Amino acid sequence: MPRVTFTAHLAAIGPPDDTPVPGATVKAALDAVFADYPRLEGYILDDQSRPRHHIVIFVDGARCSNDNVLQMAVAPSSEIFVLQALSGGRGESS
Amino acid sequence: MSERLLVASRKGLFDMTRTAAGWSIARSAFLGSPVSMCLRDPRDGGLYAALDHGHFGVKLHRSDDDGASWQEIAAPSYVGLEGDPAPSLKLIWALEPSLADHPGVLWAGTIPGGLFKSTNRGASWSLVTSLWDAPERAQWMGGGADQPGIHSVCVDPANAQHVAIAVSCGGVWETHDGGESWQLAGKGLWAEFMPPDQRDNPAIQDPHRLVQCPADPRVYWIQHHNGMFRAADGVGLWDEIKPADAPNFGFAVAAHPRDSQTAWFVPALDDAARYPQDGRVIVTRTRDGGRSFEVLTQGLPQSDAYDLFYRHSLDVDETGTRLAIGSTTGNLWLSENGGDAWTLVNAHLPPIYAVRFC
Repeated sequence: MPRVTFTAHLAAIGPPDDTPVPGATVKAALDAVFADYPRLEGYILDDQSRPRHHIVIFVDGARCSNDNVLQMAVAPSSEIFVLQALSGGRGESS
Repeated sequence: MSERLLVASRKGLFDMTRTAAGWSIARSAFLGSPVSMCLRDPRDGGLYAALDHGHFGVKLHRSDDDGASWQEIAAPSYVGLEGDPAPSLKLIWALEPSLADHPGVLWAGTIPGGLFKSTNRGASWSLVTSLWDAPERAQWMGGGADQPGIHSVCVDPANAQHVAIAVSCGGVWETHDGGESWQLAGKGLWAEFMPPDQRDNPAIQDPHRLVQCPADPRVYWIQHHNGMFRAADGVGLWDEIKPADAPNFGFAVAAHPRDSQTAWFVPALDDAARYPQDGRVIVTRTRDGGRSFEVLTQGLPQSDAYDLFYRHSLDVDETGTRLAIGSTTGNLWLSENGGDAWTLVNAHLPPIYAVRFC
Protein backbone atom coordinates (compact mmCIF):
# COMPACT_ATOMS: atom_id res chain seq x y z
CA MET A 1 0.00 0.00 0.00
CA PRO A 2 1.20 3.56 -0.57
CA ARG A 3 2.52 5.31 2.49
CA VAL A 4 1.57 8.85 3.48
CA THR A 5 3.69 11.10 5.66
CA PHE A 6 2.51 14.48 6.94
CA THR A 7 4.55 17.43 8.10
CA ALA A 8 5.45 17.23 11.75
CA HIS A 9 3.51 20.49 12.22
CA LEU A 10 0.36 18.39 11.99
CA ALA A 11 1.44 15.71 14.43
CA ALA A 12 -1.28 16.69 16.88
CA ILE A 13 -3.97 16.40 14.24
CA GLY A 14 -2.86 13.64 11.90
CA PRO A 15 -1.20 10.24 12.24
CA PRO A 16 1.99 10.23 14.30
CA ASP A 17 4.02 8.27 11.75
CA ASP A 18 3.99 7.50 8.06
CA THR A 19 0.91 5.47 7.37
CA PRO A 20 0.23 2.72 4.85
CA VAL A 21 -3.18 3.23 3.31
CA PRO A 22 -5.13 1.69 0.46
CA GLY A 23 -5.65 3.82 -2.62
CA ALA A 24 -4.79 4.01 -6.28
CA THR A 25 -4.66 7.83 -6.39
CA VAL A 26 -3.33 10.52 -4.09
CA LYS A 27 -6.91 11.50 -3.29
CA ALA A 28 -7.89 7.96 -2.39
CA ALA A 29 -4.85 7.61 -0.17
CA LEU A 30 -5.54 10.91 1.59
CA ASP A 31 -9.21 10.06 2.00
CA ALA A 32 -8.19 6.87 3.73
CA VAL A 33 -6.18 8.88 6.24
CA PHE A 34 -8.94 11.46 6.65
CA ALA A 35 -11.35 8.68 7.54
CA ASP A 36 -9.31 8.04 10.68
CA TYR A 37 -8.34 11.67 11.30
CA PRO A 38 -11.30 13.79 10.15
CA ARG A 39 -9.90 17.11 11.43
CA LEU A 40 -6.89 16.68 9.18
CA GLU A 41 -8.82 17.16 5.96
CA GLY A 42 -9.53 20.82 6.63
CA TYR A 43 -5.85 21.46 7.26
CA ILE A 44 -4.80 19.96 3.91
CA LEU A 45 -7.73 20.80 1.64
CA ASP A 46 -9.66 24.04 1.34
CA ASP A 47 -13.44 24.57 1.27
CA GLN A 48 -13.56 23.29 -2.30
CA SER A 49 -11.49 20.18 -1.55
CA ARG A 50 -8.48 21.61 -3.35
CA PRO A 51 -5.02 21.33 -1.81
CA ARG A 52 -4.46 24.51 0.18
CA HIS A 53 -2.40 27.10 -1.62
CA HIS A 54 0.62 26.69 0.64
CA ILE A 55 0.48 22.92 0.94
CA VAL A 56 2.91 20.99 -1.21
CA ILE A 57 2.67 17.29 -2.00
CA PHE A 58 5.52 15.08 -3.15
CA VAL A 59 4.91 11.70 -4.74
CA ASP A 60 7.88 9.37 -5.02
CA GLY A 61 10.28 12.23 -4.64
CA ALA A 62 8.71 14.56 -7.20
CA ARG A 63 6.97 17.78 -6.25
CA CYS A 64 3.50 17.81 -7.77
CA SER A 65 1.29 20.60 -9.02
CA ASN A 66 -1.61 21.31 -6.69
CA ASP A 67 -3.80 21.60 -9.77
CA ASN A 68 -3.78 17.88 -10.48
CA VAL A 69 -1.99 16.09 -7.67
CA LEU A 70 -5.14 14.63 -6.17
CA GLN A 71 -5.93 12.76 -9.36
CA MET A 72 -2.41 11.36 -9.73
CA ALA A 73 -2.10 7.61 -9.76
CA VAL A 74 0.04 6.03 -7.10
CA ALA A 75 1.55 2.56 -6.92
CA PRO A 76 1.50 0.22 -3.95
CA SER A 77 5.12 1.16 -3.39
CA SER A 78 4.54 4.92 -3.61
CA GLU A 79 5.56 7.36 -0.91
CA ILE A 80 3.45 10.51 -0.49
CA PHE A 81 4.72 13.44 1.55
CA VAL A 82 2.32 16.25 2.50
CA LEU A 83 4.30 19.29 3.63
CA GLN A 84 3.99 23.02 4.15
CA ALA A 85 5.37 25.14 1.33
CA LEU A 86 7.88 27.72 2.42
CA SER A 87 6.02 30.29 0.36
CA GLY A 88 3.20 30.47 2.89
CA GLY A 89 2.51 31.64 6.34
CA ARG A 90 2.60 35.41 6.36
CA GLY A 91 -0.88 36.00 7.72
CA GLU A 92 -0.64 39.77 7.68
CA SER A 93 -4.12 40.98 6.90
CA SER A 94 -4.79 44.34 8.40
CA MET B 1 -14.15 49.75 34.16
CA SER B 2 -12.91 46.69 32.31
CA GLU B 3 -10.01 45.03 34.05
CA ARG B 4 -9.33 42.59 31.25
CA LEU B 5 -8.10 42.99 27.69
CA LEU B 6 -7.75 40.40 24.94
CA VAL B 7 -4.95 41.02 22.46
CA ALA B 8 -4.98 39.09 19.19
CA SER B 9 -1.62 39.10 17.49
CA ARG B 10 0.42 37.58 14.74
CA LYS B 11 1.93 35.18 17.24
CA GLY B 12 -0.92 34.28 19.54
CA LEU B 13 -3.62 35.47 21.89
CA PHE B 14 -2.75 37.35 25.05
CA ASP B 15 -5.19 37.62 27.92
CA MET B 16 -4.23 40.67 29.94
CA THR B 17 -5.49 41.73 33.33
CA ARG B 18 -5.11 44.80 35.44
CA THR B 19 -3.82 44.43 38.96
CA ALA B 20 -2.50 46.91 41.49
CA ALA B 21 0.86 46.63 39.73
CA GLY B 22 -0.65 47.49 36.36
CA TRP B 23 -1.49 45.54 33.23
CA SER B 24 0.22 42.25 32.57
CA ILE B 25 -0.24 39.06 30.57
CA ALA B 26 -2.24 36.64 32.69
CA ARG B 27 -2.42 33.91 30.09
CA SER B 28 -1.44 33.27 26.50
CA ALA B 29 -2.71 30.81 23.92
CA PHE B 30 -1.90 29.69 20.38
CA LEU B 31 1.65 30.99 20.63
CA GLY B 32 3.23 31.07 17.19
CA SER B 33 -0.08 31.17 15.33
CA PRO B 34 -1.70 34.29 13.88
CA VAL B 35 -4.92 35.15 15.71
CA SER B 36 -6.95 37.37 13.42
CA MET B 37 -9.85 38.00 15.79
CA CYS B 38 -10.96 37.22 19.31
CA LEU B 39 -14.12 37.59 21.32
CA ARG B 40 -15.40 37.08 24.84
CA ASP B 41 -19.15 36.64 24.58
CA PRO B 42 -20.64 38.69 27.41
CA ARG B 43 -23.79 36.55 27.40
CA ASP B 44 -22.22 33.26 28.39
CA GLY B 45 -18.52 33.91 28.95
CA GLY B 46 -17.43 31.90 25.92
CA LEU B 47 -14.04 32.86 24.53
CA TYR B 48 -13.40 32.64 20.80
CA ALA B 49 -10.14 32.84 18.84
CA ALA B 50 -9.94 32.85 15.04
CA LEU B 51 -6.65 31.47 13.80
CA ASP B 52 -5.13 32.23 10.44
CA HIS B 53 -2.72 29.37 9.89
CA GLY B 54 -0.70 30.41 6.91
CA HIS B 55 -0.47 26.93 5.47
CA PHE B 56 -3.31 25.02 7.03
CA GLY B 57 -6.22 27.40 6.69
CA VAL B 58 -8.46 29.35 9.01
CA LYS B 59 -9.63 27.69 12.21
CA LEU B 60 -11.94 28.75 14.99
CA HIS B 61 -11.47 27.77 18.62
CA ARG B 62 -13.68 28.25 21.66
CA SER B 63 -12.99 28.06 25.36
CA ASP B 64 -15.80 27.31 27.78
CA ASP B 65 -13.61 27.68 30.85
CA ASP B 66 -12.48 31.25 30.28
CA GLY B 67 -9.27 30.33 28.53
CA ALA B 68 -7.99 27.41 30.59
CA SER B 69 -8.57 25.07 27.66
CA TRP B 70 -9.65 25.43 24.03
CA GLN B 71 -11.49 23.27 21.53
CA GLU B 72 -11.47 23.64 17.77
CA ILE B 73 -15.02 24.24 16.56
CA ALA B 74 -16.49 24.62 13.11
CA ALA B 75 -15.20 27.49 11.01
CA PRO B 76 -17.37 29.21 8.43
CA SER B 77 -17.13 27.32 5.16
CA TYR B 78 -17.79 28.05 1.51
CA VAL B 79 -18.14 24.39 0.65
CA GLY B 80 -20.43 23.79 -2.29
CA LEU B 81 -20.36 27.37 -3.54
CA GLU B 82 -19.49 28.06 -7.13
CA GLY B 83 -17.34 30.82 -8.56
CA ASP B 84 -14.25 31.47 -10.60
CA PRO B 85 -12.36 30.51 -8.63
CA ALA B 86 -14.77 28.86 -6.23
CA PRO B 87 -14.43 30.61 -2.87
CA SER B 88 -12.66 29.31 0.19
CA LEU B 89 -12.34 30.87 3.62
CA LYS B 90 -9.28 33.12 3.83
CA LEU B 91 -9.77 35.02 7.07
CA ILE B 92 -12.22 35.53 9.91
CA TRP B 93 -12.08 39.30 10.14
CA ALA B 94 -15.06 40.02 12.39
CA LEU B 95 -16.68 38.05 15.18
CA GLU B 96 -19.58 39.54 17.10
CA PRO B 97 -22.29 38.27 19.44
CA SER B 98 -25.94 39.03 19.00
CA LEU B 99 -27.95 40.29 21.96
CA ALA B 100 -29.01 38.59 25.18
CA ASP B 101 -32.42 37.76 23.73
CA HIS B 102 -30.71 35.74 21.00
CA PRO B 103 -28.44 33.44 23.02
CA GLY B 104 -25.84 31.54 21.07
CA VAL B 105 -26.21 33.69 17.95
CA LEU B 106 -22.91 34.87 16.51
CA TRP B 107 -21.95 36.74 13.36
CA ALA B 108 -18.68 36.24 11.50
CA GLY B 109 -17.36 38.47 8.75
CA THR B 110 -14.81 36.92 6.45
CA ILE B 111 -12.52 37.24 3.50
CA PRO B 112 -13.52 36.55 0.69
CA GLY B 113 -16.64 38.53 1.52
CA GLY B 114 -19.11 36.13 3.09
CA LEU B 115 -21.09 36.95 6.21
CA PHE B 116 -21.86 33.92 8.34
CA LYS B 117 -24.31 33.37 11.18
CA SER B 118 -24.27 30.74 13.88
CA THR B 119 -27.18 30.00 16.18
CA ASN B 120 -25.31 27.52 18.37
CA ARG B 121 -22.16 29.21 19.66
CA GLY B 122 -20.16 28.35 16.58
CA ALA B 123 -20.96 24.65 16.45
CA SER B 124 -22.08 25.30 12.89
CA TRP B 125 -22.25 28.30 10.55
CA SER B 126 -24.51 29.31 7.69
CA LEU B 127 -23.55 31.68 4.91
CA VAL B 128 -25.93 34.63 4.78
CA THR B 129 -26.96 33.98 1.21
CA SER B 130 -29.18 37.04 0.95
CA LEU B 131 -26.04 39.18 1.10
CA TRP B 132 -23.82 36.81 -0.87
CA ASP B 133 -26.36 36.80 -3.69
CA ALA B 134 -26.79 40.58 -3.79
CA PRO B 135 -26.07 41.73 -7.37
CA GLU B 136 -23.94 44.61 -6.13
CA ARG B 137 -21.46 42.15 -4.64
CA ALA B 138 -20.05 41.68 -8.14
CA GLN B 139 -18.57 45.17 -7.73
CA TRP B 140 -16.80 44.39 -4.48
CA MET B 141 -13.02 44.21 -4.57
CA GLY B 142 -10.12 43.54 -2.29
CA GLY B 143 -8.97 46.22 0.12
CA GLY B 144 -5.83 45.30 2.02
CA ALA B 145 -6.22 41.77 0.72
CA ASP B 146 -6.67 40.09 -2.63
CA GLN B 147 -10.37 39.55 -2.02
CA PRO B 148 -13.06 41.64 -0.33
CA GLY B 149 -13.70 41.17 3.34
CA ILE B 150 -16.27 41.96 6.01
CA HIS B 151 -14.47 43.40 9.01
CA SER B 152 -17.17 45.23 10.95
CA VAL B 153 -20.48 43.85 12.22
CA CYS B 154 -22.57 46.20 14.35
CA VAL B 155 -25.52 44.54 16.06
CA ASP B 156 -27.93 47.27 17.10
CA PRO B 157 -27.98 47.15 20.92
CA ALA B 158 -31.68 48.01 20.83
CA ASN B 159 -32.73 45.49 18.18
CA ALA B 160 -30.91 42.28 17.31
CA GLN B 161 -32.66 42.12 13.95
CA HIS B 162 -30.94 45.31 12.89
CA VAL B 163 -27.33 44.70 11.90
CA ALA B 164 -24.96 46.93 9.94
CA ILE B 165 -21.78 45.69 8.34
CA ALA B 166 -18.84 47.24 6.52
CA VAL B 167 -16.89 45.71 3.66
CA SER B 168 -13.45 46.50 2.27
CA CYS B 169 -14.17 47.26 -0.47
CA GLY B 170 -17.92 46.85 -0.70
CA GLY B 171 -19.45 49.67 1.30
CA VAL B 172 -21.90 49.63 4.19
CA TRP B 173 -24.93 47.36 4.34
CA GLU B 174 -27.73 46.82 6.82
CA THR B 175 -30.49 44.39 7.56
CA HIS B 176 -33.64 44.99 9.59
CA ASP B 177 -34.80 41.39 9.59
CA GLY B 178 -31.90 39.50 11.09
CA GLY B 179 -30.19 38.96 7.76
CA GLU B 180 -33.09 37.84 5.60
CA SER B 181 -32.64 40.87 3.38
CA TRP B 182 -29.98 43.57 3.03
CA GLN B 183 -29.89 47.14 1.86
CA LEU B 184 -26.81 48.88 0.50
CA ALA B 185 -26.35 52.10 2.45
CA GLY B 186 -23.61 54.70 2.69
CA LYS B 187 -24.79 57.83 0.87
CA GLY B 188 -22.22 60.52 1.49
CA LEU B 189 -19.20 58.24 1.45
CA TRP B 190 -16.85 58.86 -1.42
CA ALA B 191 -13.87 57.02 -2.86
CA GLU B 192 -10.81 58.96 -3.91
CA PHE B 193 -9.29 55.77 -5.34
CA MET B 194 -11.94 55.43 -8.06
CA PRO B 195 -12.52 57.23 -11.37
CA PRO B 196 -14.66 60.36 -10.93
CA ASP B 197 -17.86 58.75 -12.15
CA GLN B 198 -17.48 55.95 -9.62
CA ARG B 199 -16.41 57.82 -6.50
CA ASP B 200 -19.93 58.08 -5.08
CA ASN B 201 -20.84 54.47 -5.84
CA PRO B 202 -21.80 53.00 -2.46
CA ALA B 203 -20.95 49.44 -3.53
CA ILE B 204 -17.21 50.04 -3.88
CA GLN B 205 -16.49 52.15 -0.81
CA ASP B 206 -13.66 51.16 1.50
CA PRO B 207 -14.79 51.78 5.05
CA HIS B 208 -11.79 50.56 7.04
CA ARG B 209 -13.85 50.30 10.21
CA LEU B 210 -17.47 50.89 11.20
CA VAL B 211 -18.53 51.37 14.83
CA GLN B 212 -21.81 52.25 16.52
CA CYS B 213 -22.54 54.27 19.64
CA PRO B 214 -24.12 51.89 22.17
CA ALA B 215 -26.00 54.64 23.98
CA ASP B 216 -27.39 56.18 20.81
CA PRO B 217 -27.48 53.42 18.19
CA ARG B 218 -28.50 55.85 15.48
CA VAL B 219 -24.95 57.22 15.54
CA TYR B 220 -22.17 55.48 13.61
CA TRP B 221 -18.58 56.39 12.81
CA ILE B 222 -16.34 55.28 9.95
CA GLN B 223 -12.64 55.47 9.37
CA HIS B 224 -12.63 55.24 5.59
CA HIS B 225 -9.75 54.77 3.18
CA ASN B 226 -9.78 58.44 2.30
CA GLY B 227 -11.47 60.12 5.19
CA MET B 228 -13.52 59.98 8.34
CA PHE B 229 -17.30 60.03 8.49
CA ARG B 230 -20.14 60.24 11.02
CA ALA B 231 -23.75 59.22 10.56
CA ALA B 232 -26.22 60.88 12.90
CA ASP B 233 -29.30 58.84 12.06
CA GLY B 234 -28.40 55.41 10.79
CA VAL B 235 -25.98 54.18 8.17
CA GLY B 236 -27.96 55.62 5.29
CA LEU B 237 -26.43 59.08 5.27
CA TRP B 238 -22.91 60.15 6.18
CA ASP B 239 -21.15 63.43 6.83
CA GLU B 240 -17.41 63.74 6.31
CA ILE B 241 -15.44 65.00 9.29
CA LYS B 242 -11.83 66.06 9.25
CA PRO B 243 -9.27 67.07 11.85
CA ALA B 244 -7.57 70.37 11.22
CA ASP B 245 -4.23 69.29 12.64
CA ALA B 246 -3.91 65.59 11.89
CA PRO B 247 -4.19 63.20 8.95
CA ASN B 248 -7.58 61.75 8.12
CA PHE B 249 -6.13 58.42 7.00
CA GLY B 250 -6.08 55.39 9.28
CA PHE B 251 -7.83 52.16 10.05
CA ALA B 252 -9.23 52.25 13.57
CA VAL B 253 -12.08 54.16 15.19
CA ALA B 254 -13.86 53.70 18.52
CA ALA B 255 -17.19 55.18 19.57
CA HIS B 256 -17.75 56.45 23.08
CA PRO B 257 -20.23 54.06 24.69
CA ARG B 258 -22.28 56.81 26.35
CA ASP B 259 -21.62 60.01 24.45
CA SER B 260 -22.65 60.03 20.80
CA GLN B 261 -20.54 63.12 20.15
CA THR B 262 -17.26 61.46 21.12
CA ALA B 263 -15.03 59.11 19.14
CA TRP B 264 -11.35 58.30 18.82
CA PHE B 265 -9.20 57.63 15.74
CA VAL B 266 -5.55 56.60 15.31
CA PRO B 267 -4.28 58.24 12.15
CA ALA B 268 -1.37 57.47 9.88
CA LEU B 269 0.20 59.73 7.30
CA ASP B 270 -1.66 58.57 4.19
CA ASP B 271 -2.51 55.48 2.20
CA ALA B 272 0.79 55.49 0.36
CA ALA B 273 2.99 55.73 3.44
CA ARG B 274 1.00 54.15 6.29
CA TYR B 275 3.16 55.25 9.17
CA PRO B 276 2.66 57.98 11.75
CA GLN B 277 3.12 61.48 10.40
CA ASP B 278 6.60 62.75 11.34
CA GLY B 279 7.14 59.54 13.31
CA ARG B 280 4.70 60.75 15.98
CA VAL B 281 2.06 58.37 17.33
CA ILE B 282 -1.11 60.32 17.96
CA VAL B 283 -4.73 59.64 18.78
CA THR B 284 -7.37 62.08 17.62
CA ARG B 285 -10.54 62.63 19.63
CA THR B 286 -13.65 64.55 18.83
CA ARG B 287 -16.17 65.46 21.51
CA ASP B 288 -18.49 67.49 19.35
CA GLY B 289 -19.55 65.04 16.69
CA GLY B 290 -16.56 65.68 14.46
CA ARG B 291 -16.73 69.47 14.26
CA SER B 292 -13.37 69.66 16.01
CA PHE B 293 -10.62 67.29 17.07
CA GLU B 294 -8.03 67.17 19.80
CA VAL B 295 -4.65 65.60 19.07
CA LEU B 296 -3.70 63.40 22.03
CA THR B 297 -0.01 62.70 22.49
CA GLN B 298 0.81 62.44 26.20
CA GLY B 299 2.66 59.20 26.81
CA LEU B 300 2.92 58.35 23.12
CA PRO B 301 6.24 58.47 21.23
CA GLN B 302 6.70 61.75 19.43
CA SER B 303 9.69 60.92 17.28
CA ASP B 304 11.02 58.01 15.25
CA ALA B 305 7.94 55.84 15.77
CA TYR B 306 6.64 53.77 12.90
CA ASP B 307 3.73 52.00 14.54
CA LEU B 308 0.70 51.35 12.39
CA PHE B 309 -2.63 50.55 14.01
CA TYR B 310 -4.84 48.06 12.26
CA ARG B 311 -8.62 48.43 12.15
CA HIS B 312 -9.39 46.36 15.23
CA SER B 313 -6.47 47.58 17.30
CA LEU B 314 -8.29 50.36 19.16
CA ASP B 315 -10.92 49.69 21.79
CA VAL B 316 -12.71 51.57 24.54
CA ASP B 317 -14.28 49.99 27.58
CA GLU B 318 -17.90 50.30 28.65
CA THR B 319 -17.24 53.46 30.66
CA GLY B 320 -15.57 55.41 27.89
CA THR B 321 -12.57 56.24 30.07
CA ARG B 322 -10.27 53.28 29.51
CA LEU B 323 -8.80 52.79 26.02
CA ALA B 324 -6.24 50.50 24.44
CA ILE B 325 -4.26 50.74 21.21
CA GLY B 326 -1.95 48.07 19.85
CA SER B 327 0.42 48.47 16.93
CA THR B 328 2.08 46.52 14.17
CA THR B 329 5.33 47.09 16.04
CA GLY B 330 3.99 45.18 19.04
CA ASN B 331 3.50 48.17 21.27
CA LEU B 332 0.46 48.24 23.53
CA TRP B 333 -0.69 51.45 25.19
CA LEU B 334 -3.50 51.95 27.69
CA SER B 335 -5.25 55.13 28.71
CA GLU B 336 -7.19 55.48 31.94
CA ASN B 337 -8.63 58.90 31.20
CA GLY B 338 -10.31 58.87 27.83
CA GLY B 339 -7.09 59.22 25.89
CA ASP B 340 -5.69 62.29 27.65
CA ALA B 341 -2.64 60.29 28.68
CA TRP B 342 -1.27 56.92 27.65
CA THR B 343 0.96 54.35 29.31
CA LEU B 344 3.09 51.87 27.41
CA VAL B 345 2.05 48.50 28.79
CA ASN B 346 4.21 46.26 26.62
CA ALA B 347 6.75 47.05 23.92
CA HIS B 348 7.57 43.50 22.95
CA LEU B 349 4.38 41.91 21.74
CA PRO B 350 4.03 40.50 18.22
CA PRO B 351 2.29 42.66 15.61
CA ILE B 352 -1.16 43.33 17.05
CA TYR B 353 -4.29 42.62 15.04
CA ALA B 354 -7.04 43.32 17.58
CA VAL B 355 -7.57 44.51 21.14
CA ARG B 356 -10.85 43.94 22.99
CA PHE B 357 -11.86 44.84 26.52
CA CYS B 358 -14.00 42.25 28.20
